[in-house]
Amino acid sequence: MLANFDFDVIRRALPYLFYEGMTFTLMLTGLAALGGLVFGTAIALMRLSGYKTLGRIAGVYVDFMRSLPLVLVIFWFYFLVPYIGQWLTGASRPISVGAFASSLITFIMFEAAYFSEIMRAGIQSISRGQPAAASALGLTYAQTMRYVVLPQAFRNMLPVLITQTIVLFQDTSLVYVLSITDFLGAASKVAQRDGRLVEMYLFAAVVYFTISCIASFGVRRLQARIAIIR
Amino acid sequence: MNYHWNWGIFFEPNPMGTGNYLDLLLSGLVLTLETGVLAWIIALITGSVVGVMRTLPSKGANWFGFAYVEFFRNMPLLVQLFLWFFVLPELLPKAAGLWLKQLPNAPFWTASIGIGFFMSARVAVQLQAGISSLPRGQKMAATALGLTTVQGYRYILLPMAFRIILPPLTSEFLNTIKNTAVAITIGLLELTGEARSMQEFSFQVFEAFTAATVLYLLVNAVVVTAMRFLERWVAIPGYITGK
Repeated sequence: MLANFDFDVIRRALPYLFYEGMTFTLMLTGLAALGGLVFGTAIALMRLSGYKTLGRIAGVYVDFMRSLPLVLVIFWFYFLVPYIGQWLTGASRPISVGAFASSLITFIMFEAAYFSEIMRAGIQSISRGQPAAASALGLTYAQTMRYVVLPQAFRNMLPVLITQTIVLFQDTSLVYVLSITDFLGAASKVAQRDGRLVEMYLFAAVVYFTISCIASFGVRRLQARIAIIR
Repeated sequence: MNYHWNWGIFFEPNPMGTGNYLDLLLSGLVLTLETGVLAWIIALITGSVVGVMRTLPSKGANWFGFAYVEFFRNMPLLVQLFLWFFVLPELLPKAAGLWLKQLPNAPFWTASIGIGFFMSARVAVQLQAGISSLPRGQKMAATALGLTTVQGYRYILLPMAFRIILPPLTSEFLNTIKNTAVAITIGLLELTGEARSMQEFSFQVFEAFTAATVLYLLVNAVVVTAMRFLERWVAIPGYITGK
């Protein structure tokens, strides 16, 4: 069974796996989480705003993104982004966007829908007295959001936001369908080149498992630490 | 946008010789639903067992439930499918591995089982939350009536818990259906896979993916509507959602 398990294949592939693959995966995860958080917060504010139309647009966007499989969305943006780029720049033919930019846009747009629901719950968890007190102090709507509501909403939702980022970290492996060299992509390229599927896929599984496990353990500690005693 | 739109493409014959492109997409839809439903059955059964284990008064059962959930939750679904599809046959004794590899419809069975186990961890967490959201008195009342642990779960705790977690279970069911798209990587030609191959044969990218999108939205709408009825039907009297 494991008698002819070749650890040397893994050892030789390590620089490629981590310098190329894991760097891509972590960069994509980090930037997509950041972008998703910014856009997601904007969408959450749209949904909760007094303007009905704005709220409805945001609602349709979130529902739409959440009813499609991520793989399909990845394909959508992969083919769509060059055309959008052409339209924005006025070029004569679809512009070529790199694998990184295309997958980053995909994940930001997709995760924004999920992050927005988390931020919406966070904003709704703030008691009414807070914005009322802010208005009484003479703060504008923007100031109320920026200084009073959003920092507390963010703090309340931090564990959930990180949990969603762990899911995002695992989901970035799906860029495999575009033959991009993320961590899993790198592992799979070595696996196919050397005919060592068992070693490479098991190793990839162990690495993903270890990172996600440590991160979710951290979330649990964090949750206990930042819990506000009311 | 200088893209050549051709919405008539759906009625042109597909290169497989199995009718037109629309037939191709619909056969993908059927496979998506079959995989999704089989995976959901596996997820529901396994997830319920593990979820119950996490609430039992036994340390061993709790520990097993915890380890199970962490194991299946901390690996990307794609990696899990690769493990089932590429790695498992190699780790089994030779004859069994060969039999697995030569199984007809291997991608279908692998995807259903892989996605089923992946989703079962999520079902387990939901069910655990549902059971622990019940007032402690329910379990005590069951004991006071002389019910055994099994009977208590069977007649009191589980019927309540399942009805409480029906709305999150609906989203998990939809997630299961959506996750079948990942099986494109092991060669399952479900809806996304068929849209992708239609795009490769006809070069009509946007028509193919629009059609797949519309079909996914339809499935969503049907499932959500059906679950609304089910929710109303099983609502617990005396609770906010009940009559």
